[in-house]
Amino acid sequence: MSREDRLGWGLVAPALLWTAAFFVLPFLAMLALSFAHMEGREVVHGFSFGNYVKAFGDWSQLKALVNSIEITLTVTVLSVLLAWPLAATIAWSVPPRWQRAALLAAILPFWTSYVVRSYSWALVLGKTGVLNRGFGLIGLGPYEMASTRFATVIGFTHFFVMLLTLTIYANLVQLSPNYLRAAQDLGASRLRAFVHVILPLTLPGIVTGAFVTFTLCIGDYITPQILGGNNELTLPQLIMLQMGRGGNFPMASALSVILMAVVTLAYAACARWLRLDRL
Amino acid sequence: MKRLSFLYLALAYAFIFLPVAVLVVFSFQDGRLPVPPFQGVTLKWYEKVLSDEGLMTALGHSALVAFGSSGVALALGFLAAHGLARVALPGSLLMRGLLIAPMTVSYLIIGLGLLTVFNQAGIKPSLVATGIGHVVINLPLCFAICFAAMGDHQKSAERAARDLGASEVQVLWHISAPMLAPALAAAFFLSVTFSWDEFIIAFLLTRFEVTLPVEIWSMLRSGLSPATNAIGSLVFLVSALVVIVLETLMRRKA
Repeated sequence: MSREDRLGWGLVAPALLWTAAFFVLPFLAMLALSFAHMEGREVVHGFSFGNYVKAFGDWSQLKALVNSIEITLTVTVLSVLLAWPLAATIAWSVPPRWQRAALLAAILPFWTSYVVRSYSWALVLGKTGVLNRGFGLIGLGPYEMASTRFATVIGFTHFFVMLLTLTIYANLVQLSPNYLRAAQDLGASRLRAFVHVILPLTLPGIVTGAFVTFTLCIGDYITPQILGGNNELTLPQLIMLQMGRGGNFPMASALSVILMAVVTLAYAACARWLRLDRL
Repeated sequence: MKRLSFLYLALAYAFIFLPVAVLVVFSFQDGRLPVPPFQGVTLKWYEKVLSDEGLMTALGHSALVAFGSSGVALALGFLAAHGLARVALPGSLLMRGLLIAPMTVSYLIIGLGLLTVFNQAGIKPSLVATGIGHVVINLPLCFAICFAAMGDHQKSAERAARDLGASEVQVLWHISAPMLAPALAAAFFLSVTFSWDEFIIAFLLTRFEVTLPVEIWSMLRSGLSPATNAIGSLVFLVSALVVIVLETLMRRKA
């Protein structure tokens, strides 16, 4: 090994060791634990697929996965649909010298504490909250909006609209207006130019943002816990419940492995367009 | 068309700022509940929060964990980025992939994995355990930012220093780090904000000494109170100021 190589390894080694010890090893331990089972309150190590069979065979467990996927897909689609026009308006309609300020303002609530942000939505959506007061003034409601899936979706969407606005905006400002002009010179209508030129060019930004949204959303415990009420559980809530109430680490591990598998599938589905390095 | 897009802009901002506005307004509520009607302005909830020992201790813990873990993450990430950018090692693509990998795994799983291993090794939940977890989530970020910032311009400066007899440590300290200062600062502060606000890993890996998000979480469980609004508003104010100051600084430079 040359001096150069030794130096290179020496520089990379600490980070690699840290990742191996505190990321890879814990994951392997969790994977091994997911094949163990519980007898009473004791973990019995072994190799059985019992936890996985239960996770997919028992509707009370599978329902959590289904809920999580439904909520996450809804949030991802909704966030993209809301964020795209916002990013486009900032990029195209706001005068250049105000753009950074407009963008900064659009993501400022991003910096409120995550726990507090969900709590704030509970205040807004609650039965005595601001929104229901507003509805009351025009003779509507009150509606039960807090402690529902609706509240969870709103809480998530709020957070991810900010995130997506950022990634889509970054993509849009790199677009030269010449593309649109060229398409129109060649006789395309505004709509056609949009669908066939602008949209495909911003796809990497959209897909990257959507993937990050999907990953963060499906793994989040706080937002559904504060806003979702007790009627239904998401997968992270079920994981915490398994661990907390029964101390059932093997089941919690199996559910976590399933959660990771879902994210991996999502990654595979959009790998073509992903530009994680552009974040 | 123009009018329509500005209408949309206004609606979007209303949606984005609605919860923050409600949070801040009702932190001044002169009453027991942070919901309408607004009963008058008082600062007593801020007073209560600022003299709350549990919250202030948790605030200190959060700062400690945030700055400590970000420092470690930045050091590890910077060295690794330097090593991988400078020396063509076999399997460097694989190593980059491994270093970035934690970014795509949810914090819950990282926390649960660490808890499993720590349990088996007999390590008790603590602020250090939480800090270790926070380095895991911030290392990919620091590495990626540093790696992306290393350019050819910098490589030639490093080579020049080496030709003039500088040791590797001197090159790192006097050439690479100063040239990368903006990227290093960005990576550090981004890490601090992520660690500062992180809940689930801290929740799983602390017990008696908790961080601010965990303390706020336990406040929530005792019901709605303007005190929660007050601490939330304070956290928001501090973070927003940091962001605006950073933005103005970067702007002045550019």
